[in-house]
Amino acid sequence: MTGDTGLEEQVLERIERARRRKARVREEHITLAHGAGGKATHTLIEGVFLESFRNPALEPLEDGAVIDEMAFTTDSFVVTPLFFPGGDIGDLAVNGTINDLAMCGARPRYLSAGFILEEGFPIAHLRRIAASMAAAAEAAGVHIVTGDTKVVERGKADGCYVVTAGVGTLERPTRLSAAAAQPGDAVIVSGPIGEHGITIMLARGELDIQADLTSDTAPLNELTARLLDACADGDVRCLRDATRGGVATVLNEIAEASKAAIIVNEDIIPVRPDVRGACELLGIDPLYVACEGRMIAIVAQASAEAALTALHSHPLGREAAIVGRVNDDPPGLVLLKTAFGGTRIVDMLVGDPLPRIC
Amino acid sequence: MRFVDEYRDADTARALAARITALCEPGRAYKFMEVCGGHTHTIYKHGLEDYLPQAVTLVHGPGCPVCVIPMGRVDDAIHIASQPDVIMTSFGDMMRVPGGTGSFLDAKARGADIRMVYSPLDALKIAKQNPSKRVVFMAIGFETTAPSTAMTVLRAKADGVDNFSVFCNHVTIIPAIKAILDSPDLRLDGFIGPGHVSTVIGCRPYRFIARDYRKPIVVAGFEPLDILQSVHQLLTQLAQDRCEVENQYARVVPWDGNPKALAAISEVMELRPHFEWRGLGFISQSALRMSAAYARHDAERIFRIPGGRVADPTSCQCGEVLKGVLKPWECKVFGTACTPETPIGTCMVSSEGACAAYYNFGRFSRERVKEATRQ
Repeated sequence: MTGDTGLEEQVLERIERARRRKARVREEHITLAHGAGGKATHTLIEGVFLESFRNPALEPLEDGAVIDEMAFTTDSFVVTPLFFPGGDIGDLAVNGTINDLAMCGARPRYLSAGFILEEGFPIAHLRRIAASMAAAAEAAGVHIVTGDTKVVERGKADGCYVVTAGVGTLERPTRLSAAAAQPGDAVIVSGPIGEHGITIMLARGELDIQADLTSDTAPLNELTARLLDACADGDVRCLRDATRGGVATVLNEIAEASKAAIIVNEDIIPVRPDVRGACELLGIDPLYVACEGRMIAIVAQASAEAALTALHSHPLGREAAIVGRVNDDPPGLVLLKTAFGGTRIVDMLVGDPLPRIC
Repeated sequence: MRFVDEYRDADTARALAARITALCEPGRAYKFMEVCGGHTHTIYKHGLEDYLPQAVTLVHGPGCPVCVIPMGRVDDAIHIASQPDVIMTSFGDMMRVPGGTGSFLDAKARGADIRMVYSPLDALKIAKQNPSKRVVFMAIGFETTAPSTAMTVLRAKADGVDNFSVFCNHVTIIPAIKAILDSPDLRLDGFIGPGHVSTVIGCRPYRFIARDYRKPIVVAGFEPLDILQSVHQLLTQLAQDRCEVENQYARVVPWDGNPKALAAISEVMELRPHFEWRGLGFISQSALRMSAAYARHDAERIFRIPGGRVADPTSCQCGEVLKGVLKPWECKVFGTACTPETPIGTCMVSSEGACAAYYNFGRFSRERVKEATRQ
């Protein structure tokens, strides 16, 4: 690797150019990878939906759309199993929608709930799901104000799917955007990562691994409110909950949108020993495992300490940590300083080791 | 985490790296091949190359079981999966491997019942739960995974699970290493030997590498310090003008391997006269098939498979990459036409494949990465 460094550089530049080309859907059929939250999902969204629906509110492809003084979002939930340690499809749906609004910097207000039910689904299960949705909504101070129900024949769905939409009000001047990260900003993660994804994987009972883990599903609206209150206007650049595709995918989205590099330190990223152990056994990188109650915040260096203090003051942010920083070069890339002392690129998720986690 | 963190200590790595640098003769370049895809993955995942001096290059070998499966075999497996009442089961990293007519994932999207399992025993469980279905396990891998396939077949026979069969694609590591050593366009100074395979076959089978080809080989573990230490051992051998088989992974690998596992393999399977390896072509006595006594569990006998040969795409240089002649980025289609989302060659499919590992973890100038992460 001595004389060919220049040539390698050229090849790598060519690849980066190829990567910047517009996304094109090549497949003829939907595969599970299209739902995994990684590259295939992005290609599908940009190649099919954005092409068809293109408008200024949609184009930024944030967690929700910001229209006038309102944030608006929708989400659908197909998790299996429906009930898992730490939650079920009901509170997952409510929290997920609340979080998408909170990530826009909004105060979540009203939700809708649609149910697609399979013939034969036990009413008792539906009651249980509705009850946990009600509890989650109340805990976060939102109301479920409209809904819809459809029943399909046995075998045409997997028990119960939940579709939600939510609106929130924007009560602060700060406008958050994945494109707003600037060199020097701090990268904050709000708590230990990967618990939801691993919990679901173990709850399926397909692996003979036992761990004392529960899903991290939680509403983040209070946490984001405290964070935004603690920082100077404009200093919180971007908030993202690290759901499908995990922290790695969210960081890639931000790096790409902001045309900046994000550099994170593996040994500072909080990961619970059970999650780490399961990931080691399964050969999965916790950076790609979904969370349902954790977020990434990009905050100006000047407000970073204040942000951290605010997060620490809330039970959901007690283990928040500054895990890295934004750099100007190389734009669009996420780099990891490994705990071992090396460096590597962290790319977006390709394919999915964990089917139907939300 | 105990038993993990000890093998990832940065201070120890720095000390070892200094000793590695000191062992390099000025002006001499060293090329070592890590045979196993698991090693390739470790090297990239931990950024291990940052510790190596410029003079030491690691070449990624053919030891990724998914990467060496020829396209024709994938098509055969999809053909089986498309038969009525068949449930095909497979390890997850097989799902995206392209055949001539698409991958398992594509076949699944077209309606085939293909399920991901973590162990052949899971496939057997599915067979027991679905007595009216024919459950096939797509068996891939080196001697590492062959024993678990063999044990599962023995269990299926004992339990009388007649609807369970194996589509056997197990390969053996020694003929592949030999094919690489015999390749005329190759310059290697030594091998980092495959740790997991060696837990089964032991270290003896590698002696011909030292004796006949005069190359040192160190069987290594899968933590980053294991690999650094094995590089150190290789350089030490070269500095002392020795060529030996050494076992760095003695905490797991017995010198004589695992006789029980070997016995299970030879009970259930036999050597094929020859088998096609992706990129390497046909290698004689390099793969296993089910023996006649277990015909009842042999998918190749139960189903009429087309057995067609699909030539590798001409643009794909997986063979050169597998032999270590080309670095992944030197392939014509690397990173442009062939990416992890749209793999042309199998080296790009599995996370253990040399190209995918390089693309995901190393795809950028190391100098620029170092500069960016300096502070």
